[in-house]
Amino acid sequence: MIRGRQLPGGLTAGTDLCLPLALKVFYRNLLVFKKTWKANIMFNFVEPVLYLWAMGFGLGVYVSRINGLPYIDFLAPALIASSSMFSTTYEMTYDSFTRMAYKKTFHGMVATPVSLDDVVAGELLYGTFKGVLYGTVFLAVVAMFGLVKSPWALLVPLPLALMAMAFSILSMIWTSIAPNYDSFGYFFTLIITPMFLFSGVFFPVENLPPGVRLIPWFTPLYHAVEVIRSLVLGQVTRSLLADLAWLAIFILLTVRIPMVTVRKRLVQ
Amino acid sequence: MTCKTGDTVVLARGLIKRFGDFEAVRGINFEVRGGECFGLLGPNGAGKTSVVRMIYGFSPVTSGRLEVFGEDIGVKARSVKARIGVVSQEDNLDPELSVMENLLVYAGYFRINRDLAGERSREILEFMDLADKAGHVVESLSGGQKRRLTIGRALINRPDLMLLDEPTTGLDPYARHLVWQRLRKLKESGTTMILTTHYLEEASQLCDRLVIMNRGEVLEEGSPEELISRHVGREALELGSGAGLDQYLLEGMGELVKASRVLGEDLVIFTERGRELDRRISERAAELGIEIRRRGIRPANLEDVFLKLTGETLKGGREFTGGGSCD
Ligand SMILES: Nc1ncnc2c1ncn2[C@@H]1O[C@H](COP(=O)(O)OP(=O)(O)O)[C@@H](O)[C@H]1O
Ligand SMILES: [Mg+2]
Repeated sequence: MIRGRQLPGGLTAGTDLCLPLALKVFYRNLLVFKKTWKANIMFNFVEPVLYLWAMGFGLGVYVSRINGLPYIDFLAPALIASSSMFSTTYEMTYDSFTRMAYKKTFHGMVATPVSLDDVVAGELLYGTFKGVLYGTVFLAVVAMFGLVKSPWALLVPLPLALMAMAFSILSMIWTSIAPNYDSFGYFFTLIITPMFLFSGVFFPVENLPPGVRLIPWFTPLYHAVEVIRSLVLGQVTRSLLADLAWLAIFILLTVRIPMVTVRKRLVQ
Repeated sequence: MTCKTGDTVVLARGLIKRFGDFEAVRGINFEVRGGECFGLLGPNGAGKTSVVRMIYGFSPVTSGRLEVFGEDIGVKARSVKARIGVVSQEDNLDPELSVMENLLVYAGYFRINRDLAGERSREILEFMDLADKAGHVVESLSGGQKRRLTIGRALINRPDLMLLDEPTTGLDPYARHLVWQRLRKLKESGTTMILTTHYLEEASQLCDRLVIMNRGEVLEEGSPEELISRHVGREALELGSGAGLDQYLLEGMGELVKASRVLGEDLVIFTERGRELDRRISERAAELGIEIRRRGIRPANLEDVFLKLTGETLKGGREFTGGGSCD
């Protein structure tokens, strides 16, 4: 049996984790996803196109260049990150909650050698997978519009994975304490939407008033946007490593929390 | 890996489960042996599910001792769970997946390789009479088919112990009988089972031994026949009269009456010899000038045992009033 302490980095020290079993949980979700992925990906393809038309070509006409770039060039790479964020957070809130509280999927799994920590780890992996997949589809659309300026863009899945994992964790924590579906409204209104609006997706954070200018730095989305925009535009600098490190450290510090909170909710 | 017949599979000593201040399981003792079907019979809220959840490690033991295959489930959760098959009270199949996929995915949680999983799944579907449904999405199954699939899914790891928490609750009588048939076959093949139920018929049809539970306590233990003969005898004589029958109708009947209960205007008398008692009572009623309007002799059952022990019915509620037991 593979115990937590055998995994690298002490990431999961003190947890009851068996990676092969967590992957089985991941695989279960993937199998369900495969039933509907064609329709899902289709919509996922249409949405970015609509966004790019409306925001970029529509709104962009009225917006002067930002940081010396046409508005659509500035916006499109950031939408890759935010679209990925939304797909992960929807999956890890509404859908995870359905599995946990209504379908009792978690209960069924833990009646086998799978532990509750394996279940949570499998869910987090799946949320990450979805974020990377949807973000990558968005990247493909951005490329089709001719907005990818550099082969560095091939590395986009890396920051996407880190960011999606961070949002999987945040969403899972909320899901584990949510009394019902309505409470996810608060999560989106209070946490996700403000991040979407103020983390440098639509305008540079330097434009924020001095008092709040530092706040975006504390969000995963801001760092992902920084990295992805630079990769897509080919403006790669060393500071990107700091953004990646921020995301990695965020994951290291928080990944155990949803395991504890889910346990607290389900095990009585 | 199967357990030898007669080995102790589950052992509970002074087992307690508390939720906050509420004690759902109040220091119970029982022992389940290899090859038997052991029942937990009791009404809703008796604590059956709480016991089952402790056995497969889902719910931590508050205090007392609980050993499964001689191990502490809290310590050896994975290896113990690998040998158990759980059919929980509420359905938790994957509704979007097909019947076959449900089995294969579940096999994955036990790390059974694909070929073996496929082979076992086909066998299980055959056994559970679901072979023609293999490709159907679970959402499209009837309640009885879902239950059979849930039971089949619990067999995927060839468990040494099956936990069945109210396996037929909510099913119609026909679907229930189909499930009973399968469970009886499993029993014949030597699978150790723990079955919880509030249907006396289910308990008496399937269980070799059982405990009667009420409000977190074990009231009695034994085989269905033992419990019935110990507490209520072989037969129940039910007498009805418009006026309300009195206990003193029973005076002088001596050993013939094992116990009795007043149910509304009826009197239920438990006895070993129904016909003789019936005749003696008729004579006495005639002497006393009491008119008996309805009378019937039926075999005594576990429901009667529960009634006698608690004054309540298994469906909950106090249908029996004034229960003057005179044993
Ligand atoms: N998680 C819980 N928190 C508080 N009380 C509970 C919980 N689970 C069960 N109970 C209570 O414990 C008692 C026994 O419940 P349960 O084991 O489900 O009984 P049964 O399965 O026999 O119907 C009931 O009164 C129930 O309300
Ligand atoms: Mg129950």
